[in-house]
Amino acid sequence: MRLTLTAMAAAIALATVPAAAEPVRIGMITTLSGGGSALGIDIRDGFELAVKLRGGELGGVPVELTIADDAREPQNATQIAERMLQQDKVQIMTGIVWSNLALAVVPKVVRADVFYISPNAGPSQLAGRQCHPNYFNVAWQNDNLHEAVGQYVRDQGYDNVYLLAPNYPAGKDSIAGFKRFYDGGIAGETYTKLGQLDYAAEIAQIRAAKPDAVFFFLPGGMGINFIKQYDQAGLKSEIPLFGPGFSFDQAILGAVGKAAVGAINSSQWNRDLDNEANRTFVTEFEKAYGRLPSLYASQGYDAALLIDSAIRVVDGDLSDADAFRAALKKAEFDSVRGAFAFGANNHPVQAIYVREVVTDEQGRTVNKVLAKAFESHKDAYTDECSM
Amino acid sequence: MLDSAAGSRRLGRPTRAGLVTLAGLVLLALLPPAMLALDQPFYISLGTRVVIYAIAAVSLDLILGYGGLVSFGHGAFVGAGAYVVGILFVHAQDGSPVLSWPVAIAGSEAALVAWPAAVVVSALLALAIGAICLRTRGVAFIMITLAFAQMLFFLFVSLPRYGGEDGISLWWRNTLPGVDLGDDVWFYYLCLALLVGFTLLCRRLVGSRFGRVLRAAKENERRLRALGVAPYPYQLTAFVIAGAGAGLAGALLANQTGFVSPSPLHWTSSGEIMVMVILGGLGTLVGPILGAAALLVLEETLSTYTSHWGLVLGPILILVVLTAKRGLYGWLAGRDRGDG
Amino acid sequence: MPTLLVLEQILNGLQLGFTLFLMAAGLTLVFGIMGLINLAHGSLYMIGAFVAASVTGATGSFLLGLLAAVPAAALVGVAIEMIALRRLYDRDHLDQVLATFGLILFLNELASILWGARPLFMDVPSWLAGTVEILPGVPYPAYRLAMILVGALVAVLLYLLIAHTRLGMLIRAGATNRAMVGALGINVARLYTLVFALGAGLAALAGVMAGPILSVQVGMGEQILILTFVVVVIGGLGSIKGALVGALLVGLVDTLGRVFLPVLLRIVLPPANADSVGASLASMAIYILMAVVLAWRPNGLFGRAHA
Repeated sequence: MRLTLTAMAAAIALATVPAAAEPVRIGMITTLSGGGSALGIDIRDGFELAVKLRGGELGGVPVELTIADDAREPQNATQIAERMLQQDKVQIMTGIVWSNLALAVVPKVVRADVFYISPNAGPSQLAGRQCHPNYFNVAWQNDNLHEAVGQYVRDQGYDNVYLLAPNYPAGKDSIAGFKRFYDGGIAGETYTKLGQLDYAAEIAQIRAAKPDAVFFFLPGGMGINFIKQYDQAGLKSEIPLFGPGFSFDQAILGAVGKAAVGAINSSQWNRDLDNEANRTFVTEFEKAYGRLPSLYASQGYDAALLIDSAIRVVDGDLSDADAFRAALKKAEFDSVRGAFAFGANNHPVQAIYVREVVTDEQGRTVNKVLAKAFESHKDAYTDECSM
Repeated sequence: MLDSAAGSRRLGRPTRAGLVTLAGLVLLALLPPAMLALDQPFYISLGTRVVIYAIAAVSLDLILGYGGLVSFGHGAFVGAGAYVVGILFVHAQDGSPVLSWPVAIAGSEAALVAWPAAVVVSALLALAIGAICLRTRGVAFIMITLAFAQMLFFLFVSLPRYGGEDGISLWWRNTLPGVDLGDDVWFYYLCLALLVGFTLLCRRLVGSRFGRVLRAAKENERRLRALGVAPYPYQLTAFVIAGAGAGLAGALLANQTGFVSPSPLHWTSSGEIMVMVILGGLGTLVGPILGAAALLVLEETLSTYTSHWGLVLGPILILVVLTAKRGLYGWLAGRDRGDG
Repeated sequence: MPTLLVLEQILNGLQLGFTLFLMAAGLTLVFGIMGLINLAHGSLYMIGAFVAASVTGATGSFLLGLLAAVPAAALVGVAIEMIALRRLYDRDHLDQVLATFGLILFLNELASILWGARPLFMDVPSWLAGTVEILPGVPYPAYRLAMILVGALVAVLLYLLIAHTRLGMLIRAGATNRAMVGALGINVARLYTLVFALGAGLAALAGVMAGPILSVQVGMGEQILILTFVVVVIGGLGSIKGALVGALLVGLVDTLGRVFLPVLLRIVLPPANADSVGASLASMAIYILMAVVLAWRPNGLFGRAHA
């Protein structure tokens, strides 16, 4: 009897040890192999950099980070999520690059009372009707960058724009987002095949339509193909090219080089933003990985910073989910993009910049901030969210 | 060429193949209590995936292993089954009809409606696709089945009503009176029962005259014709049954992942089911179940250690093709599989 | 739609067709002689583009990149032929599909380890930059004209090789009757390796030519592989003539479908629906073409019956 009591006392003592001794378990599902893996690798590297700079801790608590590759397959992602939830018993999840994978995984995660911090995908469903108190997006709602280009193109007085996007939900959302803030004339609207290689036919149509600007959203390899071919057709000097920052991130600029110079794009972050958090991030990232950081890397880094701040607020004790949720919502961290806050639907309210692709002193193709399209922008789906 | 029926041919004299089958069945049946005891519930959901993919693999083995019909578009029927469940779910949620003309069809969350519907729709799709594809042989057959799956892929990627590439989220599993499908253990056993039932059905089929004609058409089509038997209706029937089985697997997969997307329609998914069949053992029915288990567990394990899992999985596939003629099943069951 | 634009779009279709022909020629050659379905043909195309991008990047010379890439891919082709693929010639198509599927997984991962996950940079050589006015008021990229020329040149050279050389005679004989070539006292194994290397070199040439206009990244092989198979099957497996006709047909149907389907549908549908439905139909156009051709001629346009 005595022995049992002692054992029980020991068990109680163990349970009340300062929570700081127990590591926080974070699961990261992202794309590390196959097409589009450059994005997932950047998110992972950004996140890991933030943890490394804090001595393997976030919010003063050691981090147990489990990383798995989804190979951009929704089936894989859901299976990994189940493993992380049931076997690894993670407390926070993050990492997914693509909207369709996020839509497959996030509902499972948040219903299991685990927190999900999105470092990239921001589909409208999760910002609107399917919003959830455990889901936070630290990047943007998908439409935001397209909306910023729409606003800027309007401000600059263009009124005959040609629109181009792939024929799938994200493509249609991008054009809808652009049109939400652009009310001028439309010279033409073309939906292309997902994974299309050759854009000669579309480029000929653009030339014939004689627009005064082109807005396009073609993620990944499709965008690289288009930018190269648009430049080779000699159109870049005649009709200016506009797009969201995804079409001109650092990995894409490295692949297209000077073919992109002069193009205008939008982003919530850029390498030259002048604030202390960003200077640290850019310097340390280049030192650690020997390449220029992309916007995805900045989002992975910010995801870690957000988690860091919230763990610090609750003193490393994640057992009180409500307190931790409130701490996340406060977003008391120095984002690399400057001012950052969450709106009612746990999506960012932030500035969105307009950037121009230029050649820097060292001959590299990079983005340079031109202007601010929005000062503190929130997404169009907040009202549909019942939180 | 005899199949696993050899194992239970004569009671009282168990063969090695029979023992392998029995051991596998016992393992599958004991998985949930064992994993609950070990506090590893994740392996129940992995097991459910294995069982579901095994249904798809067994259905492909029927036409691939016994009929010699190399379909590279089997994922189309898995995807179709999943979409039937997803589409009925969407319409049940918002109360709109799936079809109002020529017949009125309402949405449904009931498994007894959605699953048979998935099977029927996939079977009809297989009838249409098979009717065209079976006019061709060899490589043309491989490519035309692939072409149909790709057409469906691009169709669903761009269909805005059903989410396009974003797919459809199912907020809960289908409902079945008396059974809580939301419970992982219940759901696992139901899938396992369906796998066993479907495999037994296929075994009956391949052992019957139907199966003999199917195999004869694979071995020597000309001779079969000389005997006055046209293989086409037999092959088409097999293709439709295989499509129906894959549709059932699709319906279960939608419930298991809580998600329906175009990805099973993509040609790489069809390739994966084919890999399961060959890895496990072509024309054995039990082999594909082994193959599904081996491939999914291997992928799961490798992806934990490295993102370069293709570097390991690729050579394994090549080695299996080059060395093990009858896959894992042939290796485990050895030669005493009757008059194989 | 003005006639000039229609003409330009036809030219675009032909140009896509000639790019596909470079891929299809190697694939169909290997099938015709060895009876091998090689899914890893796209990986050789990728290797060609990767080597060319690296060498061009390091030396600044597109020609050096081309001269390095084609032999490099041919060597890789010889290696995989001798290690794995030659054991598959007598196997059924199923084994071939599976083993070469495994090869894709392996080569893709190897490439991502060697070259990284980020797409590589490769530019049009300066002497082919800019545009040429092919019709009044229609500037056309010089590089694309060069691609058409290279495709046409390869078609002519392959014709000469097959119709007028000893190797070509063996290839023709092998395609008709494999046993006969062996009976002639020819080292069949060496002939096969040679043909495989030729196919790999052609795939690499396609990869090098595509490098400056497409994204050079892991997975680029599979994107073009399926298109190539569609071409080869439409044309008839094993037929070089079929590959050429199939490639031009697919190039034209794909390009013109993308341009004209939405326009045609606008006659019967509201514009927003027409654009979306038209784009969906255009994505499926080449598969529909293939299904129609095969339903009409099960062995393709110029194919003979294969087992």
